[in-house]
Amino acid sequence: MSASELPTQPAADVRPGRAWRPFALTAPALILLVAVIGYPLFTIVLRSLSEPEWGVQNYVWFFGAPINLTVLQRTFTISAWVTIVCVICAYPYAYLMTAVGPRVRLVLVLCVLIPFWVSGVVRTLSWVILLQDSGVINSLLRLAGFDGIRLIRTQTGVVIGMAQVLLPFMILPLYSVMKGIDLRLMRAAQSLGARPSRAFFTVYLPLSLPGVYAGAIIVFILALGFYITPALLGGPRSTMLSTLVQTQVLSLLQWGRGGAMGVVLLVTTFVLLALAAPVMRSRYREAGRR
Amino acid sequence: MKPAQQSKGAAIDLESVSKAYGGFKALDGVSLRIEPGEFMTLLGPSGSGKTTTLNVVAGFTDLTSGKLLVGGKNVVGVPAHKRNIGVVFQHYALFPHMSVGRNVAYPLTLRGVDQATRQARVARALDMVKMGDFAHRYPSELSGGQQQRVALARAIVFDPPLLLMDEPLGALDKKLREWLQLEIKRIHRELGTTFVYVTHDQEEALVLSDRIAVFNRGRIEQVGTGRQLYDEPATLFVGRFIGDSTVLRGEARSDGTSTALTIAGETVTASTRINGDARPVMLLRPEKLAIRRPGQSAADGANRLSGTIAEAIYLGSESKYEVKLADGSAAIVRSPLTGESFGLGEPVELCFHGADAKLLADDSTADTTLT
Repeated sequence: MSASELPTQPAADVRPGRAWRPFALTAPALILLVAVIGYPLFTIVLRSLSEPEWGVQNYVWFFGAPINLTVLQRTFTISAWVTIVCVICAYPYAYLMTAVGPRVRLVLVLCVLIPFWVSGVVRTLSWVILLQDSGVINSLLRLAGFDGIRLIRTQTGVVIGMAQVLLPFMILPLYSVMKGIDLRLMRAAQSLGARPSRAFFTVYLPLSLPGVYAGAIIVFILALGFYITPALLGGPRSTMLSTLVQTQVLSLLQWGRGGAMGVVLLVTTFVLLALAAPVMRSRYREAGRR
Repeated sequence: MKPAQQSKGAAIDLESVSKAYGGFKALDGVSLRIEPGEFMTLLGPSGSGKTTTLNVVAGFTDLTSGKLLVGGKNVVGVPAHKRNIGVVFQHYALFPHMSVGRNVAYPLTLRGVDQATRQARVARALDMVKMGDFAHRYPSELSGGQQQRVALARAIVFDPPLLLMDEPLGALDKKLREWLQLEIKRIHRELGTTFVYVTHDQEEALVLSDRIAVFNRGRIEQVGTGRQLYDEPATLFVGRFIGDSTVLRGEARSDGTSTALTIAGETVTASTRINGDARPVMLLRPEKLAIRRPGQSAADGANRLSGTIAEAIYLGSESKYEVKLADGSAAIVRSPLTGESFGLGEPVELCFHGADAKLLADDSTADTTLT
């Protein structure tokens, strides 16, 4: 049954004056959020408007320099590609996790999680070894008689490296939605005349979309702020916004400009999410569960 | 059995169908002919093979050996989506992301039916299950009974010659179940389609079916109308599964025409005998047994067994007594409220006519396989 059919909690359950209690329990989390997210964010906004002097000169600078806009656009393009690659790789993997027995599933989950336990720098460096011009991939290609391809310091290389790092964030939400899909619905679809592929596209895929959306949002947003991987795998033509921020803040000590870049990225992300929300909001989100 | 008058339904022939999972035989040489337009119920305890049979017919399960014909055509190896058979599941299996209308339209969309025809047929199917006003609702907004009616509409909207139902009312409460049973009966009459219905509820089987096939341990024990199964059970299992019954076991002596059973010193006779070496037991229906106070005169030729009242249950229109016999076994008796009433622990005599006792071969598994 859906949540909408559950009886609404009678108001009498909450005694007057005690309504704050659940909030009291979340106080540690709320304080932490305010301290480590709210305050720095506030500072960034403030400094973007106040350094070196009060005004919007940092934003004027950002939108006045074509290179900034190119990098901003590239940041979104690369993140979109990473998201697409993650969906394509994660979907069959997550499905496999729902289809196998508990033992194999444990192995599959470990395969997803083990990279998590390895530092991002180490993983990125191993991609350098694999992708560089004299690296493993190119050596194998030359052995097989092909020309080598340029992977390191290209957008392709950055997308590959980031997708690998972010893949678990796509697989896990996708799996949690997929394991709730009643596979008997596929049998029902077949009894009604749908060949298996048709049953997949008309029943399974639509029911798994909430998982795709959830994973895609996480991956996309994390990708927007990626720093290490694009810095190590990318070249000047694949710089992402985070690298520019780092240059402004740490190399040039331009806190105001760096802050303005951060704010622009944040606002643009919110706008994009707001545009995507109506597509993702669907009335069957709670449905399809066993 | 229902005659096949201008029926739109398909006949089904199962010929020694077997299905093995490793060493376990889920179906062990099942043969069954279902007539066009017939309402056939597959009845049995869980694990008896009734659902496996349904899945084999639907095409969800491959058979290990045997033949399966639907409408005279061999369908072994034909995938489920090409069989054109309607299936109603216990768990409804409505598509949660589609409205009721789109759920019911789904099989028509797959068949390329144009939109105008589709709408008309969806409306007709929903009207038939009395869900015409719900086309724009979503399954999550419906109760279990409503969801199952939509599932039924979806399974009949494409006019399949055969409708399979796998415990469709199993998840519903008693009142709703009884009402939907009558609805299903009405729809069967209106459609003229062959219905195959799986249930473990013998009352439901008696209400709905033209004929019932009783399954036990991968085999069919008996096929017949409800009345045949109740009055003339072929095996002890069938006798115990359909309706209430009392089983008398004792030392048996048989002459040419009758059999005598000695139970804890008292002897009763049945006016039949069974062939073969099997140990005979007597099966008695509760309404064939009468209770008397000891010493009261009984009809001539009636068998008597002494016992004590172990349980007295008031059922509204009648009373049900459990009588403990001298050998420790229990007998079930129904008696009309107009008769005498008896108190707990009261010594009584059970009387029955030898002609009313069914003599069956003993089967020690008949008791244990009952749930």
